Amino acid sequence: MSRKWVISAATAAAALFIGLGAVQAADKKLVVGFSQIGSESGWRAAETKTAKAEADKRGIDLKISDAQQKQENQIKAVRSFVAQGVDAIFIAPVVATGWDSVLKEAKEAKIPVVLLDRQIETKDQSLYMTAVTSDTVHEGRVAGEWLAKQTGGKCAVVELQGTVGSSPAINRKKGFDEIVAKNPGMKIVRTQSGDFTRAKGKEVMESFIKAENGGKGICAVYAHNDDMAVGAIQAIKEAGLKPGKDILVVSIDGVPDIFKAMAEGEANATVELTPNMAGPAYDALIAFKKDGKAPPKWIQTESALFTPDTAKAEYERRKDAY
Amino acid sequence: MTLSAPGPARNLPQYGALIAVLLANWLLFPDFFAIRLQDGRLFGSLIDVLNRGAPVALLAVGMTMVIATRGVDLSVGAVMAISGAIAATMTGAGWSLPAVLAASLAAGLLCGLWNGVLVAVLRIQPIIATLILMVAGRGIAQLVTEGQIVTFTSPALAFIGSGSFLTVPMPVVLTIVVLAVTALLVRATALGLMIEAVGVNRLSSAGAGVNTPVVLVAVYVWCGLCAAVAGLIVTADIRGADANNAGLWLELDAILAVVVGGTSLLGGRFGLVLSVVGALIIQAMNTGILLSGFKPEFNLIVKAGVLLVVLLLQSPTLTLFLPRPKGARPIGTVKPPVAPTSGGAKP
Amino acid sequence: MTASTAPPSAPLLAIRGLSKAFLGVQALDGVDFTLRHGEIHALLGENGAGKSTLIKTLTGVYQRDNGTVALEGREIAPRGVEEAQRLHIGTVYQEVNLLPNLSVAENLFLGRQPMRWGLVDRGAMRRRARAVLQPYGLSVDVTAPLGRFSVATQQIIAIARAVDMSAKVLILDEPTASLDAQEVAVLFKVMRTLRSRGIGIVFVTHFLDQVYEVCDSITVLRNGRLVGERRTADLPRLDLVAMMLGRELEAAAHRIDLGPAEVDSRPPLASFKGFGKARSVEPFDLDIRPGEVVALAGLLGSGRTETVRLVFGMDRADRGEATVDGRAVRLKGPRDAVRLGFGFCPEDRKKEGIVGELSVRENIILALQARQGWLKPIPRRRQEEIADRFIRLLDIRTPDAERPIQLLSGGNQQKALLARWLATEPRLLILDEPTRGIDVGAHAEIIRLIERLCADGMALLVVSSELEEIVAYSRRVVVLRDRRHVAELRGGEVSVERIVAAIASETPNVAGSGAEVRQ
Ligand SMILES: Nc1ncnc2c1ncn2[C@@H]1O[C@H](COP(=O)(O)OP(=O)(O)OP(=O)(O)O)[C@@H](O)[C@H]1O
Ligand SMILES: [Mg+2]
Repeated sequence: MSRKWVISAATAAAALFIGLGAVQAADKKLVVGFSQIGSESGWRAAETKTAKAEADKRGIDLKISDAQQKQENQIKAVRSFVAQGVDAIFIAPVVATGWDSVLKEAKEAKIPVVLLDRQIETKDQSLYMTAVTSDTVHEGRVAGEWLAKQTGGKCAVVELQGTVGSSPAINRKKGFDEIVAKNPGMKIVRTQSGDFTRAKGKEVMESFIKAENGGKGICAVYAHNDDMAVGAIQAIKEAGLKPGKDILVVSIDGVPDIFKAMAEGEANATVELTPNMAGPAYDALIAFKKDGKAPPKWIQTESALFTPDTAKAEYERRKDAY
Repeated sequence: MTLSAPGPARNLPQYGALIAVLLANWLLFPDFFAIRLQDGRLFGSLIDVLNRGAPVALLAVGMTMVIATRGVDLSVGAVMAISGAIAATMTGAGWSLPAVLAASLAAGLLCGLWNGVLVAVLRIQPIIATLILMVAGRGIAQLVTEGQIVTFTSPALAFIGSGSFLTVPMPVVLTIVVLAVTALLVRATALGLMIEAVGVNRLSSAGAGVNTPVVLVAVYVWCGLCAAVAGLIVTADIRGADANNAGLWLELDAILAVVVGGTSLLGGRFGLVLSVVGALIIQAMNTGILLSGFKPEFNLIVKAGVLLVVLLLQSPTLTLFLPRPKGARPIGTVKPPVAPTSGGAKP
Repeated sequence: MTASTAPPSAPLLAIRGLSKAFLGVQALDGVDFTLRHGEIHALLGENGAGKSTLIKTLTGVYQRDNGTVALEGREIAPRGVEEAQRLHIGTVYQEVNLLPNLSVAENLFLGRQPMRWGLVDRGAMRRRARAVLQPYGLSVDVTAPLGRFSVATQQIIAIARAVDMSAKVLILDEPTASLDAQEVAVLFKVMRTLRSRGIGIVFVTHFLDQVYEVCDSITVLRNGRLVGERRTADLPRLDLVAMMLGRELEAAAHRIDLGPAEVDSRPPLASFKGFGKARSVEPFDLDIRPGEVVALAGLLGSGRTETVRLVFGMDRADRGEATVDGRAVRLKGPRDAVRLGFGFCPEDRKKEGIVGELSVRENIILALQARQGWLKPIPRRRQEEIADRFIRLLDIRTPDAERPIQLLSGGNQQKALLARWLATEPRLLILDEPTRGIDVGAHAEIIRLIERLCADGMALLVVSSELEEIVAYSRRVVVLRDRRHVAELRGGEVSVERIVAAIASETPNVAGSGAEVRQ
């Protein structure tokens, strides 16, 4: 898709929303409808919790609808938000396609739509105002860079991939591979899917250790999420090795349990995927309502790296959000 | 149709397949059979097969009897999640191990009772009846854990997952115990006969005075209990209850294990040990794939291919074309050791 | 009717040297069989002689090991029922194998539905279904699922289907087993019409009267071998029996000494007062005394089967009370009945009787085991003893007790079911069409056995369409009409004529009438 086209589409959308903004009374409390996927993971629950907390902070009235992993429920929710005449609709889309017609309805009702945490596939970019997501390729890069620096660019890595074919798994692998390619001393010796779960992470790590000479051939494990890393840590311990020392552990997400493991010296680094997706979205929305300034099409959240030195404090800070 | 004539030849495909898969693993990974002691616990890839195969083997034990009654229990994965969630949450809240175990097993029992009543008393088709709990059960588990992964540090509960008894990992010990108790329960009593009778023909069995509702409820309750034990193991193993993922899709592996073990989905004759062998075949493949270093994209294809071969080996149409083992052809009125398989024996 | 192009000398169907072995059994061993145009040919033999196997091998259900089959001089080898149908051979198998979930009309035209514009023409199918059933005097709702009808009705539908398809050969494997006299007469009329059109009919039965009534020739099998073929007219009955059994039948079923006809004053073993169920059978009174044989007679659908199902708790009575040994009992299900010492051989042996995949041994001990409860398993050794004893006693033809019961011939399955209940030493045995499909030799054995058991105090409640049989062993006959007990004949009153008269008479009689006011 050409860059020019995107820009023109964005300006068109902005023009539309400017008109909308002018009609709205400025001092009224904003009402936002949020169609959440469900509560399938701790991170997802934290995202919902944070969305509520951030809304309260800004005096926004947030209505959450749980789609229980079904797009049809999300479509129903969006329709009912449109019918209620909310000021904005947030969607964490469960799948990438099939949104055009319902988003058109929102557009016709002049309600701006913000995508949270996942993108959608559509030809008509004017159907949503902006998308707030992390850059999952970048997350992989950050993890890789940390490992390269830590080991002086020499390391035999085993990789625990996410669910085969899922976009975070593909992208987190891609970002990490870029760094590996830049460091001739770095090598991925084994890579397998751990399905993003602790149990599978542990099982796969057990087999890696056996396959690599009782773990002696492994310098570090890179896990596409923290849960798999936590499983891998147990496997390393049960094989009589020290996680965090004999085998370095680096992963992505930043859930409380990995901070706990880091505080105990069993993990080395995590790249945070912030559950605060709604916060930047609220800010963009408020700015837009105030002066009609359309935000960029993609608001990228920060991919911060955390290491053991701050782990204890970070754990305390987070354990209630999750 | 499985016209089961008991005899060694009937089990050949299962044991043969297990040995073949193990040998293939050995070829892919020469240290496959190497075993050493690590912290007083057996350690090695073969042990991994047994240890990781334990949850599905446990599910398969319960599932075998359900399937023998011409039923199926889709809820076992969800029941695992419930029992694990209860165990982790209660342990976190400071309850003692016996209380935690009792509560988890009771939950499994209740789930089984629910399924059994739907099937036996309300006469809902098993696949639908247990689908209810398959869907709702995971929700219940999520309610218990409030959508998070509930972790615990109690070494007592963790022992069930990663401890050992006489160097044998606890999950393996528990599986053997459950298998032995189950086998004793059905074969040393007349329960096995009644389960098979109900599975082959519920009406005829009821007409002969068999208490069919009680038999049905009993097998679902037992299946729920087995699932609860499996859930405890999985939770104890990762020291946390993951309501979203614990036991996810394992009901399908369990059903597969039972079928690979040679028990027909049409009910009737069942073999508990063979179902466990089926579970081990599946796990040996999983472990082999992990050790092999194939790309993960191939996992499912490799698995499906091997399973196809195992199931084909059991197909009645195909066995007709295979050479019979020597001496298997019966003479006069000698008991036929091979399942007689005449094309479409029913008119 | 297809014109035959073969030389007139070629028989319609010529089977030569047909052999078929199952594991452990040579079911057919070099059998010859010839069917001519326009003849009804009886295929006879003891249970397990190989009659059904001959038919299934001929129609391609089983693949033959050896031998040839020629249809009008041309060799055929159908590989399945469908192919046989295409060759204009219509078959009714011993076990009705239609689809209970489909409607009557769909069953009649399965695989050959009338089509219009690529769709099944339901209207035409319904009309033609009614037309096909019309000669049998069967006016049923052809859109209702088949499973809703009695075994007899299903049997007629299966016959009608086969007749409608058989332009050359019609094969009937024990079609009359569940039919009553009237329906048998209708069937015979249809068969004679077909014969006059040149169609050849193979007819398997254990009723020798029927053989002599319609059949032109007879082929007898014994132990899978051909004994011989005769013209019916040239073969006296006793010779036929000798051919089938390979020996003389000692003292055919004789009339049991039933004692005096006066009312029995002993207390009844089981007694039913105002027992009944809405839409099933009107409330009735019934007393059964130890050692007594009570028969239920009546047309099909008159409520005979319904009565015995209520007595055994297979169906639940919604009114009236039951007492056993003078004490009120509940009959909520078969389990209650089994605990009271009742036993029941149902009419539909495949659906409600045998447990097909289990062995003969397991089938025989099942009721006994169920009564003892699962906690007290019968030791394997004892199971084998029981099974072997009854296999010998009832002459159940099976290579061994471990064979799955579904592989036994129909008559032998029936005997194994009888063994199941005899093994429980019941106080009251209920038999719904007990001698269905059982050969003459075994028939006599079973009646002798019943006699002995009754002498030991067992009571018997029998449903049977065979009036001679009823008269032969019953002390009391309850006659039913229109789901109502209309008459009771005792001792000396019991005769075929009196029973027929009671079935036909219009005036409602004693039994049951008292119960109606009671509720
Ligand atoms: N599918 C099968 N597998 C093994 N044995 C079989 C099978 N079908 C029939 N038999 C055996 O073949 C023999 C002949 O059986 P068949 O059913 O032909 O007897 P039949 O003459 O029809 O007897 P009946 O009068 O009782 O119906 C019996 O011993 C039976 O056990
Ligand atoms: Mg037969």
